[in-house]
Amino acid sequence: MRLSQAWIVTSKDFSLFKKRRNIIYSIMVIPIMVTCLLSIVVWYIQHKASGVASPDELAVLLPAFMFLYMILSGIIPTTIASYSIVGEKVEKSMEPLLATPTTDGEILFGKWLAAFVPGVASIVGFGSVFMVTADVLSYGTLGYYFFPNWSSATVLFLMVPIAVILSVEWNVLISSRVSDVRIAQQTGSLVLLPFAGIYLSGELNLVNLGDINNLLLITAVMAFACLLMLYAVQATFQREAILTRWK
Amino acid sequence: MIETENLTKKFGDLTAVDSVSFRVDDGEVFGFLGPNGAGKTTTVRMLCCLISRSGGSARIGGYEVGDGEDSLKIRNMIGFVPDNVGLYEPLSAFRNLDVYGRLYGVPEAKRKENIQRFLKLLDLWEKRDFAAGTFSKGMKQKLAIARSLIHDPQVLFMDEPTANLDPEAAKTVRDFILELKKEKRTIFLNTHNLDEAQRICDRIAILNTKLMASGTPGELERMVGKRKTVIELESVTDSLVATIQKMLPSATISVDGVRLSIDIPDADMRTPDIVQALVQAGGRVRFAGVVGSTLEDTYLKLVRRDQ
Repeated sequence: MRLSQAWIVTSKDFSLFKKRRNIIYSIMVIPIMVTCLLSIVVWYIQHKASGVASPDELAVLLPAFMFLYMILSGIIPTTIASYSIVGEKVEKSMEPLLATPTTDGEILFGKWLAAFVPGVASIVGFGSVFMVTADVLSYGTLGYYFFPNWSSATVLFLMVPIAVILSVEWNVLISSRVSDVRIAQQTGSLVLLPFAGIYLSGELNLVNLGDINNLLLITAVMAFACLLMLYAVQATFQREAILTRWK
Repeated sequence: MIETENLTKKFGDLTAVDSVSFRVDDGEVFGFLGPNGAGKTTTVRMLCCLISRSGGSARIGGYEVGDGEDSLKIRNMIGFVPDNVGLYEPLSAFRNLDVYGRLYGVPEAKRKENIQRFLKLLDLWEKRDFAAGTFSKGMKQKLAIARSLIHDPQVLFMDEPTANLDPEAAKTVRDFILELKKEKRTIFLNTHNLDEAQRICDRIAILNTKLMASGTPGELERMVGKRKTVIELESVTDSLVATIQKMLPSATISVDGVRLSIDIPDADMRTPDIVQALVQAGGRVRFAGVVGSTLEDTYLKLVRRDQ
């Protein structure tokens, strides 16, 4: 594997992303909206007329909000990966790319990197902004800065990257089956269902998302799923299959 | 430069390319003619190491097609123009070429030099900063050709490079291929444009899943029909026809208005005698010549026979 060769594919994809409004929107606008909305909710529940949130309530709510950034891992990389792979397929630019002295693995890694880097950067970046905002807004109620803590670090620096990897892998598999970017995005977004399920379990008090042991267990399951999916992705992203069997 | 022996590709039960053997020499323009679905693109994809072969063997520049290590070396020494140009339309013409130059490992200075050289040769230099998506079909095709040459490959595979182009753009592309021929590059040209193949190619192979025939355009023309003498007179009379028939008893003569077609062996040698005999018999000759079967005749006969 020549990383330099993969990086050429990545940087080419970055140049293409800059020209696509949808991708800029998903990388920037969605996380900004989520961060603003969550910050407003944190402020509101401490100032609502019918009674302010107690410190204990706030301490349960904030990790749950942090976990919402995991759900973004199912949205942002999906948009990027579907444009990167299905977009290239639709515009028929995959064949000349495959004819260059670049291996399947290098192209796959380059495309994976192109979806992973902006996806993780956006989620971790705006997640960090939320932590700062939430700290500022909740200090008066809690009397201490809630973030950063081990559970938020686990979510942002361990779970989010793994979720993004899982999301990109899922999208590569989807890309071999569809020939339309929108369908790829819609089908690819199904990857957020398990993350949403975990979030709901937290909200229903079935799982304590503030408990680092629970988060590590979920991370381990996700990492295992990542490995399994990697085998499927390697079998799918084959030069000949792309040209003759992909739809 | 390119050699195949019993090259075969099967997709399940379907045989797309069946035991095809041919050889393309250095600096030769080799035309691959065939109807849609004949296996031309599949053959090129096999030779460009894009898909595997089901049987037989192929070598390019001494490297084995299909061998993992050799495949990378082959892809490094060939240029490929696919039937769909596949450009990065939002990117500029310059950036499109730069990406491929980097993928082929061309050093920066050489890359810039080659980009400038090929864009100027193809009249695209002034448009280098324009997005490829704003180009006409002809310009896109020229850009795709420039992309395939960015690393100065010795062998160039072109899949239907003039398909869907207007006559002027097609001529520009054909002229450029002739320029590349002067540079002694080996060019493998997939086409179903017979006229184009005849004008550009040194040798031609006709494919319809199997290799039907191969040779120079002249050899292929002579393959299916004899050459015959055609003479146009001011007027054709029975006595003139009788004169020729008496002179050449074995000849088949047909009359079409003022035109005589005389089917004889060795038409090139006998035509002056026929003209002389007609003039002596009082005939006024407007035109005399020898015509033969065309490449189209050969192509259609071979392809139809196979079907």
